[in-house]
Amino acid sequence: MSSRFKSFLYSQDKAPYVFICPFVLLFVIFFVYPIISTVIMSFEEILPGQVEFLGLKNYEKLFSDRSFWIAIRNSVVYMVLTLILLIPIPMVLACILDSKLVIGKGFFRGVFFVPVLTSVVVAGTIFRLMFGELPGSLMNRVLAFFGHEPIKWLFSYGTGYTALLLLAVWRWTGMNIVYFFAGLNNIPTELYEAADIDGAKGLQKFRFITLPLLKPSRTYVITISVFAGLRMFTESYMLWSGNNSPHEIGLTIIGYLYRQGIEQNEMGYASAVGLVLLVLAMILNLSQLKVSGFFKKGDSIE
Amino acid sequence: MRNYNIYKIRHYSAVMIVTILFIILAFIFLVPFISIALSSFKPGRDIIRQGLNLTLEEGQFTLDNWKMLFSGETMYFTWFFNSIGLTFVQVAVSLSICMFVAYGFAMYEFRYKSFFFFLVLLIMMIPFEIIMLPLYKQVISMRMINTWAGIILPFIINASTIFFFKQYFEGLPKSLLDAGRIDGVTEYGIFFRLIVPLSVPAVSAMCISNGMRVWNNFLWPLMVLRDPDKFILPIGLNTLITPYGNNYDLLIAGSCFSIIPILILYIVFQKNFISGMTSGSVKG
Repeated sequence: MSSRFKSFLYSQDKAPYVFICPFVLLFVIFFVYPIISTVIMSFEEILPGQVEFLGLKNYEKLFSDRSFWIAIRNSVVYMVLTLILLIPIPMVLACILDSKLVIGKGFFRGVFFVPVLTSVVVAGTIFRLMFGELPGSLMNRVLAFFGHEPIKWLFSYGTGYTALLLLAVWRWTGMNIVYFFAGLNNIPTELYEAADIDGAKGLQKFRFITLPLLKPSRTYVITISVFAGLRMFTESYMLWSGNNSPHEIGLTIIGYLYRQGIEQNEMGYASAVGLVLLVLAMILNLSQLKVSGFFKKGDSIE
Repeated sequence: MRNYNIYKIRHYSAVMIVTILFIILAFIFLVPFISIALSSFKPGRDIIRQGLNLTLEEGQFTLDNWKMLFSGETMYFTWFFNSIGLTFVQVAVSLSICMFVAYGFAMYEFRYKSFFFFLVLLIMMIPFEIIMLPLYKQVISMRMINTWAGIILPFIINASTIFFFKQYFEGLPKSLLDAGRIDGVTEYGIFFRLIVPLSVPAVSAMCISNGMRVWNNFLWPLMVLRDPDKFILPIGLNTLITPYGNNYDLLIAGSCFSIIPILILYIVFQKNFISGMTSGSVKG
């Protein structure tokens, strides 16, 4: 071993750069380069063997494309509805499972958590067949039980979204319960003891201790749910077995991107779509950081 | 004394009611599993005709789907073992490199450190789907389409894994490093021989959260893989779904079977699973 190499191995000044070197390398190849090439491609039309400069035409086309706005609407509606369902329900379930109100907590915890482990492909297949249009499918039998005619669940907006949302609730309730459990564990028991001495009832304790002190967990769950909702693709892809659904009810933002880039191979146009989404994601991130107080120097988050 | 008894009775009846409600709810959560398990014993043509439901009529019962699954005549177990192999390789490569990088950020002060760490956060902020098309083009131009390398390489760097390990390393005593240096261990020797063995709990938590993500990964492998004998399970199962429904026998039994290994892992490592999957969330 030469002495120069040896001193390199012992150098505390050079070591950090060696440690972060794989990161920088992979970051440039698989992050910076693709983003730069997106920016360039977004001004071009890319056909096999020839590339034509289009200027801003891709962007003009984007804002006048009805499907794009449908995709945005669908993803936003999905995101908002999952927030409405997947924050309160898991929070209440977690609180009950954490209290002395249920026998067999471990069992219920397990039952709610197992769907989390199921792959979206399998879960989507199950739900598609449960919401089948024929009278024999499970959901149509449930309808028949209440004296209703069988319906084509996945063919219209309202019933299709019911299926999609039930799938989301089924797959995510267990996960969010676990996040709220972590939050509940962080609440000091002395607070409840003090409340007991003051004669507080169960619901009062929930309202004035549990609910406010679960805020960090809630903020975390909201943050991940906003992004998970907006980037949803596989759920709808599996439920409608492909990227094409009747009247585009299952078309999401990512589905639109996939259609333009992969299915129709319009890389230039798809790049413009990707860049608009990139800007939207950054705006969302910045507003999220602002809300959580990231820019206020000296203040700790939460 | 009488008041106390009333209180007790009230409490127990509340417990009864809530528990019964939870049993109903648990049943609803299990319906998808029950219906697919029952259907795996039905002929495929009945599934096309009826979809999934909770009945298993007499004369419907058959073991053909399961026999077909284990006959070795289908691609199913090729996909199954591809999935297991890919999960192992990707988790191992990604965790090793993320640990290495996180160590640099956690233990040293250097010029532009905050800039470089900002880049890590940037990856966390931009969902992969937004750059998937240029990434796809990049992978094609590197001739890595239809290979495991093409699936793995772009996702070796995982920002939340780096973040997690950085926090873990920062919690280790710095005096360890000095002790190693006094004993004449190189900077890299300290990492590999002192720090890595101390990181087993952190690694096992990350194995579970990363493993789950890779095992269930769908969109990116769908874009990269072309040959059926290279497919992983989710991609393979997806190809069984055709409008003609001629593969439903295999699809249902195969979907059913794919749940079992994870279920067993979960039952054995229940505590680790939960802590592994929440490792990114709010810290106490």
